[in-house]
Amino acid sequence: MLSERAEEILEALWIQMEEQGKKQLDLGASRDEPAIDELSRLGFIRKDLDHIHLLEKGKAHASGCIRRHRLAERLLTDVFYVRKKIIDEVSCKFEHLLHKGLEDNVCTILGHPKVCPHGKPIPSGRCCTEKKEKRALKFVARLADLDVKDKGHIAYLQTKDRSQMQKLISIGAIPGVSIVLLQKFPSYVFQTGQSQFAVDKELASSIYVRLTK
Amino acid sequence: MLERFAKKIGYDDPLEVYLSKLQALVYGDYPLSRRSIALLLLQEDKDVLDLIKDKEKERLDEILKIVGEAGAHYSHPLTYIIGQRRQEEANRICDAAISFKERQRVTLRERLSKVLMNPFTGGPILLFVLYYGLYKFVGTFGAGVLVDFMEDKVFGEYISPFMINLVKSTLPFKLLQDLLVGEYGIITLGVRYAMAIILPIVATFFFAFAVVEDTGYLPRLAMLIDQLFKKIGLSGRAVIPMVLGLGCDTMATMVTRTLPTKRERIIATLLLALAIPCSAQMGVILALLGDNPLGLVVWLGVIILVFLVVGFLAAKIMPGELPTFYMEIPPLRLPHLSNILRKTYSRLRWYFWEILPLFIFASVFIWLGQITGIFNVLVRILEHPVRWIGLPSEAGVAFLFGFFRRDYGAAGLYDLKKAGLLSGNQLVVASVTLTLFLPCIAQLLMNIKERGMRMGMVMSVFILWFSFTVGYLLNIILTLLNLQL
Repeated sequence: MLSERAEEILEALWIQMEEQGKKQLDLGASRDEPAIDELSRLGFIRKDLDHIHLLEKGKAHASGCIRRHRLAERLLTDVFYVRKKIIDEVSCKFEHLLHKGLEDNVCTILGHPKVCPHGKPIPSGRCCTEKKEKRALKFVARLADLDVKDKGHIAYLQTKDRSQMQKLISIGAIPGVSIVLLQKFPSYVFQTGQSQFAVDKELASSIYVRLTK
Repeated sequence: MLERFAKKIGYDDPLEVYLSKLQALVYGDYPLSRRSIALLLLQEDKDVLDLIKDKEKERLDEILKIVGEAGAHYSHPLTYIIGQRRQEEANRICDAAISFKERQRVTLRERLSKVLMNPFTGGPILLFVLYYGLYKFVGTFGAGVLVDFMEDKVFGEYISPFMINLVKSTLPFKLLQDLLVGEYGIITLGVRYAMAIILPIVATFFFAFAVVEDTGYLPRLAMLIDQLFKKIGLSGRAVIPMVLGLGCDTMATMVTRTLPTKRERIIATLLLALAIPCSAQMGVILALLGDNPLGLVVWLGVIILVFLVVGFLAAKIMPGELPTFYMEIPPLRLPHLSNILRKTYSRLRWYFWEILPLFIFASVFIWLGQITGIFNVLVRILEHPVRWIGLPSEAGVAFLFGFFRRDYGAAGLYDLKKAGLLSGNQLVVASVTLTLFLPCIAQLLMNIKERGMRMGMVMSVFILWFSFTVGYLLNIILTLLNLQL
């Protein structure tokens, strides 16, 4: 198993290359770290004179790490109400506990979130594309995946573009608001506060609800 | 006065800093406070951005830079952040001011609402509403009883004979007499059509529409029909212009403005022009096919098929943003008669003054067309496609007039039917073609006004071609199947 430090380096590499578009990285201060050697021994990275290159094998492993890190952030914010300021610190530790198998359960509990609380994308896992939903415990789920009469509070919105977001905000579907699903077919009808609204499946899939009993 | 109660909603520190920076850069004169302008800028409101481009030219770059920085500071769009904060404040105020009684039982109103939104009970209810609201009330009562009274009694016995006498005794010129009281005269045709046919039909339609509107039924219908409408490139929201189109397509075309995307507006305009018969037209078509239930069914079937197929194809071809559906479902309410009457009256007044000039214009146009002989040429041109769809050449006149008002055309067919010139099949083919045929001149003008000259013209050419093609095919199919309707 990879050391925590090695995983952190791998994540940092992945973010810089995949999300910030850099090709290679300066070795810099981490030149002599044992974690670097550990990674290159496993074939995750290639090291030349001053640079590190992330290899395919490393990329796959790194995206798994990122997924666990960001799922951990979601879990801590949406279910455990950890304060935003310390989220980063806690989830760095937490992610190492979420190993294969466990991460998909967490993902399901959270309603297969697509972004972390900072708005960065969460790489999707096998559980997100599988059609059959295990009836695992749900804490957070998309409105479209709820059963009729399920209630809760809106945890967050995740829309494909700004105009969708504006539509939801304009009908008062805003995080923190209490919500009940009244009907699923032929359109989704929900109640927030004293008002009822009908939306289509796409918008209903953009509203993530923290369920209450 | 309100300013005394106005209270600023405070946002978090970074946002307030960006706001004050923006406020300091906005110099121009605006109808809103500078803080509001700054807030709208942060939410990247298109209209305000355009306004700023104009009024703050020199500082535009700086303003946009600050907006960009503010956006980058937050991980969510600023609309989201600002919306959330406003909601918080609204909740705080409401919590202090409103308390809700715990409700134990489900009220009748809620039960009725559920029934309306259930696809299994909602469908039959829609048929019920259409049958009694549209067919019985507008079709039979408005287009039947009221029109008969206005046309035969009020105009036939009093106004027309009186005006004809008056004009003929005071105006010595035959040409001017024709213009005013001839076969297609301003008074005998234009004013008579507007007052005796359109007015009663549209009045009953607006009344029925206002009742349906005030109960809160339309949003429920929209949510039922959304999935079907998505297939034809529209959202459930478009149900409102479509239902309104059953009253008057011209008015409905104007209401397509309420649809959120250009793509939806174009598809809705096309479908209204092509496949939604207006109430005046339906009135006459019911008169044409009323004694022929099978023919009525074939007509309805073809029109619905065209509506769905053309919508489906238009949705496939048209590029652009796919529609999304969101709508408030207000509580069901018992409508107030006074509100309904007021609504009906104001719509009717607006509508009447809008179309009366068009009717007069149409009469003048027909008069001009006839004295110059242009009409005869046009009628002769139209006789060809009319013969292709298996109709006698005399029906060409009906199609030409159909362009001035769709119901003129249907009424022209009615005269042919009375004269015994049309068989059952021919009546159905003619009704279908005429329903699909070019919108009336008022609607054509509205199409051009709302969708632009090019789109309006392209649509008209397509409709002209398409209506005769469908009529042609229907005629062939009926003949091949050896059906006599």
